[in-house]
Amino acid sequence: MSFPWAEHYTPKHPVMQWMDEKLPLPRLVYNAVGAGYPVPRNLNYFWNFGVLAGLALVIQIVTGIIMAMHYGANDLVAFATVEQTMRDVNSGWLMRYAHANGASFFFIVVYLHIFRGLFYGSYKAPREMVWLLGLVIFLLMMATAFMGYVLPWGQMSYWGAKVITGLFGAIPVVGEPIQTWLLGGFAPGNASLNRFFSLHFLLPFVIAGVIILHIWALHIPGSSNPTGVEVKGPQDTVPFHPYYTAKDGFGAGVFLILFSIMLFYAPNYLGHPDNYIEANPLSTPAHIVPEWYFWPFYAILRAFTVDFFFVPAKLLGVLAMFASILLLFFLPWLDNSPVRSGNYRPVFKKFFLILVIDVLILGYCGGAPAEEPYVMISQVAAAYYFAHFLIILPLISRFEKPLPLPGSITESVLHRHSIKGEQDALPGMGADPQPSNAG
Amino acid sequence: MVRIGAFFVGLFFAGWLLVSFLMGAVAYVAEPPQPTVEHEFHLAPKHVSFSFEGPFGTYDRRQLQRGFQVFKEVCSACHSLKFVAFRDLEALGYNEAEVKAIAKQWAIKTPDVDPATGEMSTRDPVPADHFPKPFANNVAAAAANNNAIPPDLSLMTKARHHGSAYVYSLITGYRNQQGYRNEDGKELLKEFPDARTPEGLHFNPYFANLNLAMAPPLTADGQVTYGDGTKPTVDQMAQDVAAFLTWTAEPKLENRRRAGLATIVFLLIATGLAYMAYQNIWADKKKAA
Amino acid sequence: MASVEHSDGQTLSGGEEVRRRDFINIAAVSFAGIGAVAVVVPLIDQMNPSADVLALASTEVDLSAIQPGQAIKTTFRSQPLFVRHLTPKEIAEADKVDPSTLRDPQTLEERTVDGKKQWLVTMGVCTHLGCVPLGAGEGENKGEYGGYFCPCHGSSYDTAARIRKGPAPKNLEVPEFAFTSDTAILVG
Repeated sequence: MSFPWAEHYTPKHPVMQWMDEKLPLPRLVYNAVGAGYPVPRNLNYFWNFGVLAGLALVIQIVTGIIMAMHYGANDLVAFATVEQTMRDVNSGWLMRYAHANGASFFFIVVYLHIFRGLFYGSYKAPREMVWLLGLVIFLLMMATAFMGYVLPWGQMSYWGAKVITGLFGAIPVVGEPIQTWLLGGFAPGNASLNRFFSLHFLLPFVIAGVIILHIWALHIPGSSNPTGVEVKGPQDTVPFHPYYTAKDGFGAGVFLILFSIMLFYAPNYLGHPDNYIEANPLSTPAHIVPEWYFWPFYAILRAFTVDFFFVPAKLLGVLAMFASILLLFFLPWLDNSPVRSGNYRPVFKKFFLILVIDVLILGYCGGAPAEEPYVMISQVAAAYYFAHFLIILPLISRFEKPLPLPGSITESVLHRHSIKGEQDALPGMGADPQPSNAG
Repeated sequence: MVRIGAFFVGLFFAGWLLVSFLMGAVAYVAEPPQPTVEHEFHLAPKHVSFSFEGPFGTYDRRQLQRGFQVFKEVCSACHSLKFVAFRDLEALGYNEAEVKAIAKQWAIKTPDVDPATGEMSTRDPVPADHFPKPFANNVAAAAANNNAIPPDLSLMTKARHHGSAYVYSLITGYRNQQGYRNEDGKELLKEFPDARTPEGLHFNPYFANLNLAMAPPLTADGQVTYGDGTKPTVDQMAQDVAAFLTWTAEPKLENRRRAGLATIVFLLIATGLAYMAYQNIWADKKKAA
Repeated sequence: MASVEHSDGQTLSGGEEVRRRDFINIAAVSFAGIGAVAVVVPLIDQMNPSADVLALASTEVDLSAIQPGQAIKTTFRSQPLFVRHLTPKEIAEADKVDPSTLRDPQTLEERTVDGKKQWLVTMGVCTHLGCVPLGAGEGENKGEYGGYFCPCHGSSYDTAARIRKGPAPKNLEVPEFAFTSDTAILVG
């Protein structure tokens, strides 16, 4: 695909040769995530999160299919079947906790993946399509996660379904009919539960499909890298396999350790106690919050407290919440600085740091009760969020004076090694028995 | 074009948020929110230590049996335990025959259909049955309990923050509201004269809204007679039943922690090897171009 | 996995070093493989019967209301169970047959509890393809051997529920059971 010096798939075994003629699937894999895909040699650990997100999706699909084997999508039994899975099904508790915590870990790695892209300018030409498809995946994940959270039919499930579908009710004129249509009733009920289950089962496979497009689009220009300087020649790349399969293998190990600590020792830490109470349409929990990964958006939703002339605050909040995600679709055209990597953009770097802190603050406020001072803090933080993407970024890209870029990826790697006082060995002389830990 | 449009959209959202902030701030200063009685007088659960705490904690089987006895003799009159089956009690250390006897002698009977007449009837529970509910439905439960429905206890310790300590604190936390002061020395009825506990409810600072429908369930030492010689003080009984309800909510806790230890040890070794393999493979590339 | 590393290393350094590096790479991949296999175990095990299903794996049957010549259908492990109170005539008919002439040779004694020969307890599952044979209900077709008759493919069982005619290969299965009193049995 991408570079002329990419290694070519040459099956040696006759069976593989036969296969390659009839259905070149091994060739496809070889060129996508094998030795046939040349990757910049200077990727740092932030480039691990794409593969980890894929791993998280696999965990979710496998455990999810198993949960579905034991689940009853009916409002009378849904809660009880989940409990039965936890208590009576062999290893059922493991599957359920893995699925619930797996969702959180999926979002953790995807957020890191997104922020990596934001910092290193991965959304810029020629990779706009990779970024746009990534955002589609993110939206699908949010829809899937929301509907999945409804399925245990606990108090938070029920009231989450009610509140989130209520967002559509804010739309003038058509809002209430849409809400009723979404729920299949006037409040969440059996009809809602069944359709959410059906869609929750379907969407992960749609996500898998869009991931294929995401990787396809990525392979046309090839992966970006921390310098943001494009690949100039074979000396700048290494084959994906074994170099990055080995690195991703290590990354996957670290991911699984952290995941296991959560899953086996604090499985309910990220959940909400109220969801262990069966759904009760007659009593709202004192403090409704979505799962943590929605908190920043929930804070933006609640930050609008004042009507704008004839536009009610509720509608403004809904519009702003959707806008906060939709604006990311315009990012490749909002930030038109020719320099990709934040490492060479001193002003951008400072504002990026503010953005990270800002989103963390929004997240904290979104999880806090809807009372002061959290609402006031989230108003300021949400204002910065919009200003950052819609005003500050375009201005920075216009006025910022970037640092000098390295001539090539290899130059930057050599530069880094010479700083560390290591000898610059000649090509092919690297058989020193002491493995280097540099980089 | 995109950037000009974005600029105005950004200006609108950010600007209106700052306006909202200023209006909120003015209102906040002009009329600071009044502290509520829950905010001032609700207490977080007491500190109490259980054998199952920490990453390697396990259940104390004798304590669970004592807790089960408290549940059986006190709680089960009003509270259901619908997600737990009698057969599950084998995990507490009872053998098959004992479980069978417990089920058969259970005071509440399992609803069934009379095989001869088809009428609704009841029968003795068997180990495969879940604990029968004391009330046929919520209406019956509310009618018998002054309009408050006693909640199911199967998941109670997972349905509250710090659930085990919460159950213990709630049971031992009833106070006389007259003259009750918080840690700051504020007297509740002086600060909030309207917050007097209504007739039929019971003041308990560990309960979210301070007024609990349940009357103090454990009132006197020795209310239950333990077979294992443990002194049945109210405090002891409350701890035991909190431990029992922790088990009912999370019966697989020990399996989970054992499996976790094995998994994490394995993963640490595997990840260590993966790191070494990674360094190996990159050894040449790290040095030179 | 280590093809690139391997070819470089081999040309440049001693064999000892190469072997050590290969060993680590192979060990890392093996560990990943072991882990994957270990994960498969719970994934498969979760499809086995759950604890609540296993708890219902035994059935108590009250025999007191079954008159000679009558049979009842009940369930054992979610499958039909036939309990039949044989008349002396039916017992005599069953005993008359020489077991060695049967497709699945068994005597009535072997299929019942000592001294309780009149109580024939079998699964109501045809050994051919699993249909429920007729003959346990009042007025149902008992087939030409007076026991059970499977309408799916025409297997006929005699009064000891042994296969006599038709495609079924085996006699109706007798589950494990024991008398808990003179008039009650516990199956399973």
